[in-house]
Parts: sequence; structure tokens; C-alpha cells
Amino acid sequence: MELNNSKPKRITWWQKNQIKISPWIFLAPGLIFFFIYVIAPIFVSIGISFYQWDGLSPSIYVGLQNYIELLDDEYFYISLWNNLKWLIFFMLAVPIGLGLAIFLNQIVFGIRLIKSLFFFPFVISQVVIGLIFTWFYQPNYGVIAPFLDLIGLEGFSILANENTATYGIIFAGLYPQIAYCLILYLTGLNNINPEQIEAGRMDGAKGFNLFWNIVLPQLRHATFLAIVVTVIGALRSFDMVAIMTQGGPYGYSNVLAYYMFEQALSEYGYRMGYGSAIATVLFTIMMFYILFFIYRMYRNEREDNN
Amino acid sequence: MKKVIISLIMMFGIISSTSLAGTLVINTDTSDAAPKEAFEYIIKKFEEENPDVTVKWNVFDHEGYKQSIRNFLNTDPPDVANWYAGNRMLPFVRAGLFEDVSDIWKDSGWVDGNLSENMEHAKKSMTIGGKQWGIPYTYYQWGVYYRKDLFTANGISVPTTWDDFVAACATLKAAGITPITIGSKYLWTTAGVFDYLNLRTNGYEFHMDLTLGKVPYTDPKVQAVFDKWDELVKPGYFLENHAALSWQEALTPMVNGEAAMYVMGNFAVAPLKEAGLRDSNLGFFQFPEITPGIPMAEEAPTDTVHIPSKAKNKTDAKRFLIFMSRADVQEEINKILGQLPINKNSSVKKGDPFLAAGLNMLNNAYAMAQFYDRDAPAQMASEGMKGFQEYMSNPDRRQKILERLEKVRQRVYK
Repeated sequence: MELNNSKPKRITWWQKNQIKISPWIFLAPGLIFFFIYVIAPIFVSIGISFYQWDGLSPSIYVGLQNYIELLDDEYFYISLWNNLKWLIFFMLAVPIGLGLAIFLNQIVFGIRLIKSLFFFPFVISQVVIGLIFTWFYQPNYGVIAPFLDLIGLEGFSILANENTATYGIIFAGLYPQIAYCLILYLTGLNNINPEQIEAGRMDGAKGFNLFWNIVLPQLRHATFLAIVVTVIGALRSFDMVAIMTQGGPYGYSNVLAYYMFEQALSEYGYRMGYGSAIATVLFTIMMFYILFFIYRMYRNEREDNN
Repeated sequence: MKKVIISLIMMFGIISSTSLAGTLVINTDTSDAAPKEAFEYIIKKFEEENPDVTVKWNVFDHEGYKQSIRNFLNTDPPDVANWYAGNRMLPFVRAGLFEDVSDIWKDSGWVDGNLSENMEHAKKSMTIGGKQWGIPYTYYQWGVYYRKDLFTANGISVPTTWDDFVAACATLKAAGITPITIGSKYLWTTAGVFDYLNLRTNGYEFHMDLTLGKVPYTDPKVQAVFDKWDELVKPGYFLENHAALSWQEALTPMVNGEAAMYVMGNFAVAPLKEAGLRDSNLGFFQFPEITPGIPMAEEAPTDTVHIPSKAKNKTDAKRFLIFMSRADVQEEINKILGQLPINKNSSVKKGDPFLAAGLNMLNNAYAMAQFYDRDAPAQMASEGMKGFQEYMSNPDRRQKILERLEKVRQRVYK
């Protein structure tokens, strides 16, 4: 063979593998930062949970001591229980959001303005909502004080009572969360196939029956998303607690996220190890949920592809 | 590109030039009006007296400082930083982040004479392991602030014994007035009440033993404190819903004449006067005696200045600390702060009855406590104060709370 006649077509390694490699190059910046700021801290944090460390002095390895202490910590159980309350009652945002969305999904004069007013709570910062609701709840001079007087609860303070504080915060949290679900459902309602509704009507479905069997199944994606963001919102309910009660009275409105912060980083805390142990527990709970979420997404995508 | 590099080099040049000798970097948490003014004043005065030193002063937000100091002591240490006395400085001393300044305390050769003598009463709270770690420059008294007019209207005279105090509460309650206001949302106000009840029931030594973790919380003497507390909590002498209110919000009932007393620090006087109370209807008295014969110790939280051990300009930093300890300087600072100087050769602002009463009380005090959250380690303090708040809302849970605190004590002081 005479190689000199025709220029040999030399395929470089780059050309050969370009298709395979280039996606990774495009992904690299994101992946690197995701690793540095999300993945690595998870493992570092789990690591710290085996130590006793105040952030300044050298850390001491204590094995499972932090976790053993957690099992015997009243405040931990209170926080865990409150997290559960959050999960359950925060879910109200989904049906209420759906109800409002259906109510608003009509064509009348000025509906855009009305819709945007309903979106409004979602635009306001959580901190502001927390502050305003704290004032609402203020005994004696808050907005709801006259109503409490009517039912014989004169001077009752929702946030100072260990039995009601958490519900008070959840209620404040629902205010923007309902608006969020409302937005999700409104966009979902836009994509509903009118032919199916027509067909349903012809078959004699109406009212609740029509809604339950024809409309709701088509909102499946919106419902899934609304549940996902609401569960995440419930689990990371940190800002509302921090603004409204700081976990008080005496730790009874704490949630795991805030308790972790209190132990590890607040003025009197600096128990990095213990805080990390709480974080690890919270992470484990979230992990179950995230895995379920990923599994659902994976299954849905396969269904859509088939 | 070259331009960028050059400007980067110039930037670093500027940054590093700030740490040259002759520059004194001071970090403080004096973001509130009066403390800021006080530091402005003394820094100006210090620069006038020491023309060879340029002060670079960084003011941090008061709350944020508690976080920042942990970072900057390690990574970007100033030459001087302010902080608090007692156990509050223990973590930094233990981590080797504060410089030992015992030599300033021992040195009697400089202008103002012997420091240990002039600040004798504050030396104990600056000492850890037999060494002194900073210079105190101001403190203030705690006690009971009360509405004179409400007392007069109900025929109550200033109580000096526990029985009088409880009787006064009963009279006020019967007249439809909340005897004692308190806002415990941020917990620490409850510790003021606990400290005084303990100091008066069991004395200073026992209180120190407790905050140093030497005595169990289930001790009968601690129970005795709560027995006294019961006498106030169970008949409802404290403001209702205190857990929902900050200490400032709890001032409102007092200003409106709905509450008569507040166990508080002297810093409460300024907002009370701003809200309209005057020397004619606002008064102060020492927390009354409980166990007769026990010497009266007081709460007097002290603010301090320290040299970080990684400071670059320790020579000038020491000059600044010596300057801060001087009688005339402390006099000026505290006139602006409306607080009390530590140096006993300083005089106090004239015409302020609260400062006069405080000075008189503290000069005759048997000993001074720093406040529960400065005397006890942070973790103990946070659990303790949470427990006090829970107790004040549910006095019947006392036993459970004390057992929990005992569990915390055994962990914290290990």
C-alpha cells in the first residue's frame, strides 16, 4: 500500500470521542459546583456527626454518641413530631389551591387582575409573611384578637401556647403555599383537552363526577408537582419558624431543620456534631422521599416514551 | 489582561498595606447608637494621644457579631475586639484565640497606678486559669424597675424583704394591675429572675457553683429557689403570654400603667423614658432580700476588650487596652453609654438617679454575677433558659424540667 499518495485520514482521539465527551464538558461546570456545594457537604456533615466539635477547638471522635443522645432527647422528638404535623397539614395547600384554581379558571371581566391578586402571597417574601402573621396573632391587639374574644379566649396567644404554636406557623405557611399550588393548577387547567370534557358531557357526566373522572386525571402532572413542592416546603419549614417563634415556647414549635440550626449555629449552640447528627436524620427522611420522587419520574418518563 | 493583573496586584497592595505597623484594627459589635458614639469618641481621643497610630475601626451588627467573631479571630484577626466577661470568653480562651494580658493587670508602672487594685471587683470575671484575658470597660446593674405612681396609688412602699415583695404583688394583682411584666420570647429575661432568686435564696457562692456545674440541678437548694419562684408564678404575678413577647414588647404594659415592675437591666431605662415615663414615675430598687443574712450579690454584666492572639499589631493593641482601662477614659465612655465605669476612680454622670442608684448598689455589692448566659457555658445556658421559660408557663412541670437540666449538666460539664 502506498501511503504517500493520498493524505491519510488521521482521526484524532478527540474526533473519535467528541460525541461522547462533549455533553460532559457542558455539564462539567454544573457538576463540579453540585459536587462541591451539595454532594460533598452531605458526606462531610455525616462525618462531623461522629465528632464532638464546637467549631473552634479540636474535634473529638465520639462514635455514635451523638445519635445515642438524640434518642434520649425530648426536643428531638418534639421537633420530629412537628415535622410530621407540617407534612400532614401543609398538604391542605394542594386541595385548597386546586379549588381556588378551578374557581378562578373562568373568563369574566377583570379575571387577570383577580388572578394576580391571588398570586400575590407567593411573591411576598416568607420572612415578611412570618412577621405579619406574628402581628396578627399578637394577644390583645392583634387582628384576630377580637375574634378570639368572641369565642371566649380573651388574651389568648397562639404562638405562646405549646399546643397551638405549630399550627399557627403552619397556617401562616399555607398562605403562600396555597398560591403556589394555585399557579401550578391554573397552568394545568390551561392544558386540559376540551374535547374530552365535551365527550364526557355527552356521556352524561357532570358536576363532581365530571371533575373527578375527566378533569382531575388530566391534572395528574400538576398534582404530582404540587405535592412535591409542598412536601419539600413542609420539610424545610425553617424560615417561618425562625421568624415567628424561634422554636418556642420552650422548643415546642421546633422542627428538625431549625433544631439543627439551634444546636449547631445559634448564639448558644456550636454543637456541630450534634447538629450534624440531626441533619443526618433529616437527610435520611428526605432521602426516602427523594428516592420515591426519582422513581416516579423515571417510571413516568418510561410510560411517556412507550 | 495585563491591566487586570496589574489592578489585581494593586488591590492586594492596598489590602496588605492596611496591616502595616502603626495601623490598629479594631472590631466591635457597637452597632447601636450609644455604644457606637462611645467608640467613635474614644477612638478619636486615642488617635489624638497617639499620633503615630492610625485606627481602622470595623463596626459589626450587634447580633451578627456573635457569629462573625468566631470567623475573624481565626481568619482575619483584628488587633482589638470587644466581647464579654465570664464564661462567655471561655471558648475563645480555651481555643487559644485570645491573648493573655495579665502583664497589663500586674503592671503598676504606668500612668494610672495599679489596675488590679482599681478594678479589683471585676478581676475575677476576667480571670481564667489564673490569667487575665482582657480589659473590662463598662457594666450596668440589674434590679427591679417599677412605676412609682402605681405603688403610691396602691399604698405600697418599696419592698426590701421577700414577704413585702410578695405582698406588694398581691396588692397590685388585686387592684387589676399585672405585678411583674416580662417578655420571654428570646428566653434570657427569665434567667435574670432565676439569677436573683438564686443569689438571694442561696447566695453568690452557690450560684457560682451551680453555673460552674458543681451542683446538680436536682439539689434541694435549687428546689428552694423554685419554691420561691412558685410564690410568684402560681398566683399569676407575671405577665400572661410572656412567651410571645420580646423584652421590648413587654415594656408596653408598664408604660401603659397595666404592669408595675420589671426585673431588668439598666438598658431598659432608655426605651421606657422614650415611651414617656419620667424620673417622677419610674423608679429602681434592689432585688429584695430572701434568706436573711445572706450577703447581697448583684448581677452586673461586663463588656470587655481583648487582643486576639493572632493580632498583627499587639504593641499598639496593648496601648489601646491600657488606654481603655484609664479612669478618665472609662468615665467618658460610660457617660455616653449611660452605664457604669469599672475603674473605681472614675466618676459617674451626674443627675441620673438610675446610675447613681446602680453605682451605690454595686459599690456595696458582696460580689458580682455576670448573668446566667455568661456565667454558665452556652449549651447549659440555652437549655437552662428554655427550662425557665417552660417552668414559668407550666410550674407543675418543675420536677421534669430540673431532671432534664441535670441531664444536660452532666453532659456539658463532662
